[in-house]
Amino acid sequence: MKLVRDTWLIFQQEVGLMVRNPVMVAFSLAQPVTYLILFAPFLKVVMVDRGASSYADAYRIYVPGLFVAMGLFGGLFAGYGLLSALRAGIIDRCRVTPVSRTGLLLGRALMHVCLNVVQAVIITVVALPFGLRVHLGNLLISYALLSVMVLLSTSISYDIALLVRNENSLGVLVNTVGQPISLLAGVLIPLVLAPLWIQQVAVWNPFSWATNGMRALFNGQITEPVVWQGALIMIVLAAVSLVWSSHLFNREVS
Amino acid sequence: MIEATGLRKSYRVGRGRKAGTVEAVRGVDFAVERGEIVGFLGPNGAGKSTTMRMLATLIRPDGGRATIAGVDLLRAPAQVRRQIGFVAQASGTYDDSTARRDLVLQARLYGFGKAEAQRRAEAAIGAFQLDDFADRRIRTYSGGQRRRLDVALGVIHSPQVIFLDEPTAGLDPPSRVRMWQEVRRLRAEGMTIFLTTHYLDEADTLCDRLSIIDGGRIVAEGTPSDLKREISGDVVAIDLTRADVTDGPADADLPIAAKLLAEQPYVHSSEAVDGTLRLYVDSAATAIPQIMRTLLTRGVEPGAIEARRPSLDDVFLAKTGRSLQE
Repeated sequence: MKLVRDTWLIFQQEVGLMVRNPVMVAFSLAQPVTYLILFAPFLKVVMVDRGASSYADAYRIYVPGLFVAMGLFGGLFAGYGLLSALRAGIIDRCRVTPVSRTGLLLGRALMHVCLNVVQAVIITVVALPFGLRVHLGNLLISYALLSVMVLLSTSISYDIALLVRNENSLGVLVNTVGQPISLLAGVLIPLVLAPLWIQQVAVWNPFSWATNGMRALFNGQITEPVVWQGALIMIVLAAVSLVWSSHLFNREVS
Repeated sequence: MIEATGLRKSYRVGRGRKAGTVEAVRGVDFAVERGEIVGFLGPNGAGKSTTMRMLATLIRPDGGRATIAGVDLLRAPAQVRRQIGFVAQASGTYDDSTARRDLVLQARLYGFGKAEAQRRAEAAIGAFQLDDFADRRIRTYSGGQRRRLDVALGVIHSPQVIFLDEPTAGLDPPSRVRMWQEVRRLRAEGMTIFLTTHYLDEADTLCDRLSIIDGGRIVAEGTPSDLKREISGDVVAIDLTRADVTDGPADADLPIAAKLLAEQPYVHSSEAVDGTLRLYVDSAATAIPQIMRTLLTRGVEPGAIEARRPSLDDVFLAKTGRSLQE
């Protein structure tokens, strides 16, 4: 109960600060919107043999991929915020109060979840005029899947940040980890077009399961096993990673 | 109100072969009574902040024990947190937030309900005179305004003990005086105050009692006046940087004169600090003519000579062999 209350307090504070900085939120949307408008049309051409005969098909393939890319990188860079809050003494100021330690971390992570879902909603709306059509229920489930994914990537970023303790190493590690994960999840071009060996490697990438699940949802194939498989993989990994980052965080943070 | 015995803390530094440990705090004992303002005076890196962060439950001591407001620090840190407030050196506020928002949040983190948190924030804004800027972004605050907010945040829950880590570092003189008034007001309201400082005047005017800390150890303890009384008599400071010397090279002044004067029977002890020689004597009035005579017989003419009462810096110098003043 206390955990829920404290998480909510921190979440409110973080969201409040974000809302006070709408320019930053707008800028964070620039990249996905650019990809949406300038990259998705390529997919119509590339995927023509695979049944993508219209822009609607291209966006149905690309938008879920974009969600995963945003969720992955949006979360992976969350560690920067944690490090700067540590440096500014904000975390210490909270840690001398009886506030729940896990709540401090979880509230911040949920802010990133909220931000990413808002961005996903905007992307969805922007993609509508290009012909994207998706069943509302499936769309909501894909937002839920995205939320779990952001929790996972955010807590991975926190893990790295708390271990290396400096922004430069965090940046290098996040890019080194993020690039192969996103490419091997087929966020840009679906893995069905990939050579066999890449497909075989991608089986071991949890985010490729999530991408496939997300695409199945956009295709209206909610009964495809990959939907629940992708969701389960994300939930389990997010839980493990969150427990680990709160363990790292609850050690002496100074 | 605070009792600490044998507090120790060391850090691992470096990696691999270069790894080593730095002993930040090497066993400090002290006690603070209810309603006192007690200060840790020492240079940067002396272990002041580390000691304070241990007492504020932010880092775990390697050894030793402490009780705060009767609660054991190691056994019940959560209970200690309810009794104490802590204002770190780093401000701990978001540039984009406002004083009011942060005060309300801080009160709520201490478990108060929404209405009570708002009431406390309002009271703090009044008490610390934050009214004019309470709803402006914190990035627009001056150093003094920001620091007042930091202290207001630290005492939002009316703690029994408040820890202030370098409360006036980097502030201009009027803001420092203002902060001292706030600290005295908190004491008048019944709080016990423990602070660190590397300013001599702050230690002298603000603190009831002092611990002088250097290299992770307490080297002297007492009220500022007791500490200064330990250095009996007067201090005669002789500026030898502009001295005229009739024989011998100029850079030999200080050692020559120091050696010479230290041997004089009326000089208890002497210390050389950056071209200035400090002589500790019974009475400056009788010593100065003798000092002048001694110097002149050797052809050394001092640039300036000053007599004064001992300061805390003299105490620090006597205890550590170094001066606190940069």
